[in-house]
This record gives sequence, structure tokens and C-alpha cells, in this order.
Amino acid sequence: MTDAIELPIAANSDVVLVRQRVRTSAQQVGLSLVDQTKVVTAASELARNTLVYAGGGRVRIEVVGNGARGGLRLTFADEGPGIPDLELALTDGWTTGGGLGLGLSGSRRLVDEFDLDSEPGKGTRVTVVKWAR
Amino acid sequence: MERVPILKLGDVLIVSIQIDLQDQGVLALQEDLADAVVESGARGVIIDISAVEIVDSFIGRMLATIASISRVLDAETIVVGMRPAVAITLVELGLSLGGVRTALNLEKGVALLEDRDNARAVAVPR
Amino acid sequence: MTVHGDADRLRIETLLREQEERILKRWLDIAGAAAGGRADHGVLGGRMREIYQAMLRSLSEGDDSTDLRGLLAELSRIQAREGFTPSDTAVLVLSVKEAVYETIEASEETAALRGYIWFSKFVDDLALYTFETYVTAREKIITDQSEQLLELSTPVVKLWEGILAVPLVGTLDSARTQVVMEKLLQALVETGSEHAVIDITGVPAVDTQVAQHLLKTVAAARLMGAECVVSGIRPQIAHTIVTLGIEFGDIVTKSSLSDALAHALRQSGVQLTQGASKRVVVATERA
Repeated sequence: MTDAIELPIAANSDVVLVRQRVRTSAQQVGLSLVDQTKVVTAASELARNTLVYAGGGRVRIEVVGNGARGGLRLTFADEGPGIPDLELALTDGWTTGGGLGLGLSGSRRLVDEFDLDSEPGKGTRVTVVKWAR
Repeated sequence: MERVPILKLGDVLIVSIQIDLQDQGVLALQEDLADAVVESGARGVIIDISAVEIVDSFIGRMLATIASISRVLDAETIVVGMRPAVAITLVELGLSLGGVRTALNLEKGVALLEDRDNARAVAVPR
Repeated sequence: MTVHGDADRLRIETLLREQEERILKRWLDIAGAAAGGRADHGVLGGRMREIYQAMLRSLSEGDDSTDLRGLLAELSRIQAREGFTPSDTAVLVLSVKEAVYETIEASEETAALRGYIWFSKFVDDLALYTFETYVTAREKIITDQSEQLLELSTPVVKLWEGILAVPLVGTLDSARTQVVMEKLLQALVETGSEHAVIDITGVPAVDTQVAQHLLKTVAAARLMGAECVVSGIRPQIAHTIVTLGIEFGDIVTKSSLSDALAHALRQSGVQLTQGASKRVVVATERA
């Protein structure tokens, strides 16, 4: 059993693949059905962001644990244009890609830990963690 | 690319999403449905998502758009069979699907459309 | 530890090894006396010998005391199952000090006596460890039971064809509210019910989080094609809701469960007529 998987996000079909792999790993760490759905939805939003805004990137799916409980950590990384204003990007309804503007802000509400790291011109890294209850 | 079949039953179009759709697939369904509503002159559209494991903002937007388009074309859209986990996630995500009518299952969705048609035909004041 | 200290420590180790049989016998005597007639000496003796030997290994090998801790945890569990208090178990472990002290006294060695201070600390740690194991095991039992209680205390009941209710009783925390709500939504699908009543008559207070969960549940039910009514909101809770600035929006609220049921019945097209004979006539509009 591998504890970390890395997948490329280069096409629309990869977004579907990411969803499926995240679902499998979420089941593995014993997330409840609702929590599985939440983390898979967040993964779908973030993978699409990576594709739409940065033209592609990759995701790392890791099973983590802190002794008492297990969890799933997803790291989306790209070398795209980056996000100039992080505060604004996390606001509901704010979008530059013609979407609903819920990708970042919405997925933050779906996970337990959310970390956004971006530098204009260098790329963006989003790390999220969902713990099993 | 896989396409979702659109079934016609009387003046109702029924779509059942059974696969994990790619974004293009979602957009294609949106266009196909608009075409089909015009072609068939359907009065109602039922989208069954009981087999759908997640609804993200992209699919959510598609559902809202289909509802708006069909309203313009004088048809009502009803989304049926949303799973509890999906509904909870959508609420958390911040999507309320305003303007989209919902029903627990296909049967109740059809009943909802029939109710409306009866009301139109008879127009009994209560 | 100083060189001097190391020598003292070594002396104690040697003594423990050389006098193993004697110390073990004394330890068993002392522990057996403390336990009264409740312990099975044969079995307990075997277990104590294992622990003693693991202790020797742990002393000579330095820090690795996994074996020893494992044995102590097992001892703690067995003792607890046999009805001993955690103090009994700790005393059992601590009594090895008395046995060792007597041996040292007999040997009349000052080095060993100085080392005894260090050994005493070592044993104290072990005794504390058995206590910790006991507490951890207890906590696990409590968590398991509260989960079972959660399952028990949150029934989803059917009031009428197509109308479900969840009577909530007791303090609601975020976790419990979430469980109840998931259960309710699942029940809506399974029974094909389009109406649900969330009755909070038995809930003394709500906080922002719980209120948010209630609101989210109503929103989620709507997405699934069902309507929820919240009933039994006490004046204090209404006050809290307003003070916290929580928007209940267009959610239907009723003061009592019966009002909520009447509302749900009306919504589902059922008419109740009270005739002269107090007979309830039911007529459903929808075929």
C-alpha cells in the first residue's frame, strides 16, 4: 500500500481521475460518506482551478495520521501566473475565470485545514487536509 | 466523449446522469438539452442525479443554467434524487441552486410536473 | 548522570540480577498481602516474574522499554478486569521497591543504597504508567459509550405517510447535531418523505454552530426536494437566535410539534376535519 500518489493535471479527463483517486484514498483512511463527498468535491474544484488558471499542474494525495486519527492531505501545485491578491481570491463570488467564484472559498469550507501559498509569476500551491472524525 | 442520453416521455424530457462527467460532457449536456427542449416543445425537464456521487460548482452551475434556459423556453426543470451527502456538501460549498426545483425521486418529480399541468388546465381557485 | 551515579546504578542492576529469586519472592509476598485473598498467586507470580525480567532488560539496555511497557499495560488491563482499582495496580508495582530495599539493607552496601534513589524513580514512572494505561482504557470506553448513546438518543420517527420528525432532547453539540441531521436526510430518501419536523422542545440552549447546522440541514433537505419545519423553539432560544444575529430566513418555525404536524399535513394536501362524532376524516388531494 502506497501512502502517497502523485498525479498530473493536464486535461479535463485528469480532473475526473483525481476525483476517483481521492475517493479511493478517502475510503482508505475511513472518512465518513459525507466527509468523503466533501473532500472529493474540494479536490474537483481545486483540480479544475489548477487546470483553468495555471494551464495545468499536479496533485499529491497523501494519507496522513497524527496517532489518534487518520486523514487525507492533498497538495495542488502549479507553475502558473500565481494569485496577486490572496485575500480577494478567497472571497465568495470573486472570479477571473468566468466561474461562480466558489472554487477556493468553497473548498476551504469543505476541509479541516486549508493553506494557500502563491507568488505572482512563480505559481500556486494549495494544501488541504481532511481528518477522519 | 461520452454523451448523456435524453429520453422523451410525453411532453417531459428525462435525463439520468450515470457517469462521472468531464467538464466538456457537462457543457455538451447543457447544449443538447436546450436543443431538445426547442425541438420537442417539452413542458418539463427532469434531471435525475441519484447516481451522481459529487456535485461541484461546475455541475451546480450547469443545473442552474439548464433551469434558466428551459424557463425561457417555457419548460420547467426539476432536479431529482440528490443524495444527502451531496446536498450537505453543496450547502457547505455555498451553492443554493436558486431557481432550481427539486424532488426526492423521479416519481415525485413527474408528479410535481403533473400537478402544475393540472393547475394550468383546471385553474381551480383555492 | 555522573560517573559516580553510573557506578551506583550499575551496583543496583547487579544486585537485582544476583538476588532475583529472593527479591521476586519478597515482592510476591508483599503484593499478595496487599491484595488480600483476591489475587491468584500462581498467575500473578508468573506475570510479576515477566515484568521483573523485562525491567532488568530495560535497565541494562538503556532506553528501550517497549517490552516492559507492553507487559505493564497488560497487567493494568487484567487487574482492571478483575476488579482491582488503579491504585491497587500501582501499589503492586511500587511494592517492588520495598522488596529491593530490604535486599539492599541486607547487603549493607552504600553504593547500592545511593543507587536506590534512582531505582525508586524508575519504579515510580512504571507505576504511573499503569495508571495512565488505566485512564486511557477508561476514556476509550467512555468515548465508545457516548457514541452508542448518540445512536440511541436520536431517533427519526414517522408521524404520517410522508412526514418524518426528529425530537431532539438534551444539549446539542456540533458533532451530535451533524449526526442527527445526516440521519434525517438519509431517512427522507429511504422513506420518500417530503416533509420533516425538527422538534427542539427538549433542547435547553443552542449556540451559533448548532443553529448553523440546523439551517444547513433545512437547506440541504430543500436541495433534495423536501421541506423542514422547526418546532418547539423556547423563548430563551429565540432570544439567543436574535442576539447572535442568525438569519432564519424563510424557514418555517412553529411553536409546538402539533402545529408543525398540522402545517406539514396541510402542505402535503391532507385535510383533517373534526366531525360531530370526533372522527378524523382524511382526504388526500393528490391521487
